[in-house]
Order: sequence, then structure tokens, then C-alpha cells
Amino acid sequence: MDHFPLSWGRPRNEAVDLYSTYPIHERQRHGQQHDAFAEGVQRTQQPLVTGTSVLALKYKDGIMMAADCLASYGSLARFKDITRLHAVGQYTLIGAGGDMSDFQYLQHLLNDLMIDEYTSDDGHKLGPDEIYHYLSQVMYARRTKMNPLWNTMLVGGFKDGQSFMGYVDLLGTTYTASTLASGYGAYIAQPLLRKAVEGRETTLTEEQARAIIQECMKVLFYRDARSLNKYQIATVTERGVEIGDAISSDTEWAFAEKIAGYGGQP
Amino acid sequence: MADGHQHPIEHRFNPYAENGGTVLAIAGADFAVIAGDTRQTEGYSIQTRYAPKVFKLTDRAVLAVNGFQADCSEFVKRVMQRIEWYRHAHSKQMPLKAIARMIQTMLYGKRFFPYYTYNILGGIEEDGTGAVYSFDPVGSYEREACRAAGAASSLIQPFLDNQIYFKNQTPAPGAAPFVPGNLPIDVVLPIVIDSFTSATERHIEVGDGLEMFVVVAKGRDVSQLASLNAEEIPATNPGEERVFIVRRELKKD
Repeated sequence: MDHFPLSWGRPRNEAVDLYSTYPIHERQRHGQQHDAFAEGVQRTQQPLVTGTSVLALKYKDGIMMAADCLASYGSLARFKDITRLHAVGQYTLIGAGGDMSDFQYLQHLLNDLMIDEYTSDDGHKLGPDEIYHYLSQVMYARRTKMNPLWNTMLVGGFKDGQSFMGYVDLLGTTYTASTLASGYGAYIAQPLLRKAVEGRETTLTEEQARAIIQECMKVLFYRDARSLNKYQIATVTERGVEIGDAISSDTEWAFAEKIAGYGGQP
Repeated sequence: MADGHQHPIEHRFNPYAENGGTVLAIAGADFAVIAGDTRQTEGYSIQTRYAPKVFKLTDRAVLAVNGFQADCSEFVKRVMQRIEWYRHAHSKQMPLKAIARMIQTMLYGKRFFPYYTYNILGGIEEDGTGAVYSFDPVGSYEREACRAAGAASSLIQPFLDNQIYFKNQTPAPGAAPFVPGNLPIDVVLPIVIDSFTSATERHIEVGDGLEMFVVVAKGRDVSQLASLNAEEIPATNPGEERVFIVRRELKKD
């Protein structure tokens, strides 16, 4: 019989010392080591419903950003009408990849922040630079608690005649550049973007910028298995944030007939 | 393990990354040079071509920081704030050796969840001499004549040992013995530039741009800096130590 009251009423297993063969001071504790709530706390250890790449570039009038409308559940294309571009106030746009529920949490956080700022009515308005630093502090604080928000985000904006573009991720890593790409886009689209944009940030027209972005989104759709040929392009300029309707690229699949060796044809 | 079956196998979140780049600092008799490249990487990707790693702290102290970028910027932010508080509390700028000791305690304060940062502090000591302090991520530090840290430290440090500490060099018969830390500025800056161009050739995480901060003791002649396109950073206390910045392009491939 286990005479130790703390052991009573717990599920029995072979580890239970029924006959108290160990003295109390070195008796092993069986069952739960800590209170029942500890196991109920969930941390994001891996993303579940995910968004893929986000692209952004600087052009003459401001910044342009693009993300597709897909939220995947593993390899399943689960939600196909998701907006991953989000306006914060009238000067800032964020685009998110990674876990979509963590992104929704961040949207709420930013919304609360903007309400606080609005009600303070101090004549100041948060610009893209402030939103970028706020986000990076939130992300860094969460990684330091070993409970990260599993996202990579691009922050773009235009305020007081200045364009801004920055990157923030789940580790709190940050940087700014005139072309940005997250996820698969960092490997596939970033080289194309750099070639087209570097050194031309102040001369590219909106039409040229749009053509570059569309080309990159098409290449990404061809190569990234977690992407969708339905995406949104947004701009931030003097006119404010404008998030466009979902569009798709014309694709060419005739070559697929002739592919042999893996899958379809022997 | 008895517990093994009850819990799913956890893939532990890794809170650190390594963002490449390299920094170095060299002390002269009455100046110090603190330099760093501006590339930031993760894995084989270049994240940005311009991410500064070298920061002016006071009129006589410059800090170069390298390692995990998120920790680096957090650490520099905290150091700068404590230096500002010191200035408000004592109506003077924090001396270099005091900054060095403060950095030691701040790093050791996170001994069991360290800032993954390699710090090199350079500047002018209260006696007017050029100084370099180097740190490891948990706060061990020492004053030296030169130090390289970061991705290409293993390429640059042996070169500096030879050129700055005169290791494996023998003075000509009858000549005076070598004394490290006394080289003139027009010898030191080319050594810095050569270090980075060479590291750029052989290390993929180094390149894009070079920023060299030169801290100069009070009253020292700065005519040599004019020919290098040095830009002066406005001082808090004019007429004391001065800080200049010299920029160079590095290969972008």
C-alpha cells in the first residue's frame, strides 16, 4: 500500500511504488509532475495554417507589395480567398507569411494600438517606421519567451514624401532594403526583383513596377507548390494604401505534355 | 523513457540565427579605427546589402557588433540608453573603460540565455590613448591593440596578428624592436581596407559595403583623413575627441 497521500487517487502504473519500498525523501513522484493547467498551455512550435511568400519593391511614387490569396493546411490548399495584405492606418501596409492565426492575432494587436493612438489625439500619426519597430519588438519579445509568433512580415509604407520597406520575422530579425521577398520568394523572386529594381528605385513607374511584380508572382506560381494563381497587389503612395482586387497571371502549360520521366509519362 | 510515449516528439524552437558579416578594430597611439561590412545574410541568402553593424556611442567610443542580428540591435539599443542615462545623471560622457565594464555586466547578466553577439569597442581612453576592447558573448573582455570578429574573423585575425602585432616578423639587425599599437593612421586604414577586400574574396557572407569609423584624440592633426573622403560625425562636445566615418564599396557578388 502506498501510504503517501499525494499519490492517492492517481492513475496507477508500473512506476507506482505500491509498497513504499523507497524512503519518503527519495520517493519518486508519479503521475503529473506539475499542475494540470501546464499541459493545456499551447505554444506555436510549428505553423499550422500557413501563407507563403510576400514580395515588395520600391518605385517612383512609393512602394508596391504582393501576396497570393492562399492559406495552406500542410500540403492541402485549404483557404483560397484569404487576404494576407493588411493596412495599418493610412501610411502603412503589412504583408504576412507563416501562421495565419498568429497573423490575425497581430492584426488585432495593431488595431488596438491604432485605437490607442487615435484616442490620445496628440496630433501625431504612426508611420511605417513606427509600425515596423513596434512589430519587431513584439516579435523579439515573443521569441525571447520561447513562444514565437510564427510569421515573416514585410512592412511597407509612404509618409512625408519618404517610402519605407522593412522585414520582420519570428526571431525578431529585421532589415530594410529596396526589394524584399519572404519565404520561397527570397530564393526565387528576390534575384529577379534586385536585377529589375536596384538603382532604379526613384525612376520606376507604377506600370513598370506592376509588370515586375506580376512576372515574379507568375514565376513563383510555377515553382512554389504552396502558391496560388490568385493574388493581390497593393500600393502605398501619396494617395494612401490601396489594396487591389485579386487577379491572376496568364500561364502556359503546353510544355507539360512533353515532360517525361517522373509521374505522368514513362 | 517512461514518458516517451505520452508526449509527441518536440522539435524545439531555436531562438538564434547567424547573420554573417565581419567587424574589426585597430588601436593607434592617439586614434582607433572600428570597421564593419554592411552585408546581412541568412544561410546562402543576402537579406540586405546595407545593415550597419558599427555605431557611435559617444564622442570617444564606437561599438561594432556582430552575430545574431536581433540580439545585436537589442543590445546596442540598451547600451545606448544606459549611456544616455549616464550623461543625464553625471553631466559627462561615459569614459571608454567604463563602457567596457558596463558591456561586460550587461552581457554576463544574460549568461544563461546569452545575447549571441560578438562586441568590439574602440575609442579614446581618458589618458588620450587609442584603445580596443573585445568581448565574447557572455562578457569576457580584454583591452588589445587589434581584434577581428564575426564570419571572417578566422581569415582576418591571423593577418592582423602579422601586420599589427608583428608576429613572425623580425626587426632588421640593429633596428628598434617592434611595438604593437603605434602604427600611423595612413598605414592602418589600408590594412583595414585590404582585410575586408580579401575577406570579401574568400567569404560569401562578407561584402557589399564597408564602414570605417575613426576616433581621433583631442587636438590630433586630421589632415590625413581629408584625402580619404572622411565625413565627420558632429560631436556632442566640440573641441574634444572627434569621430569620422570613411565608406568604401565592396564586391556585391
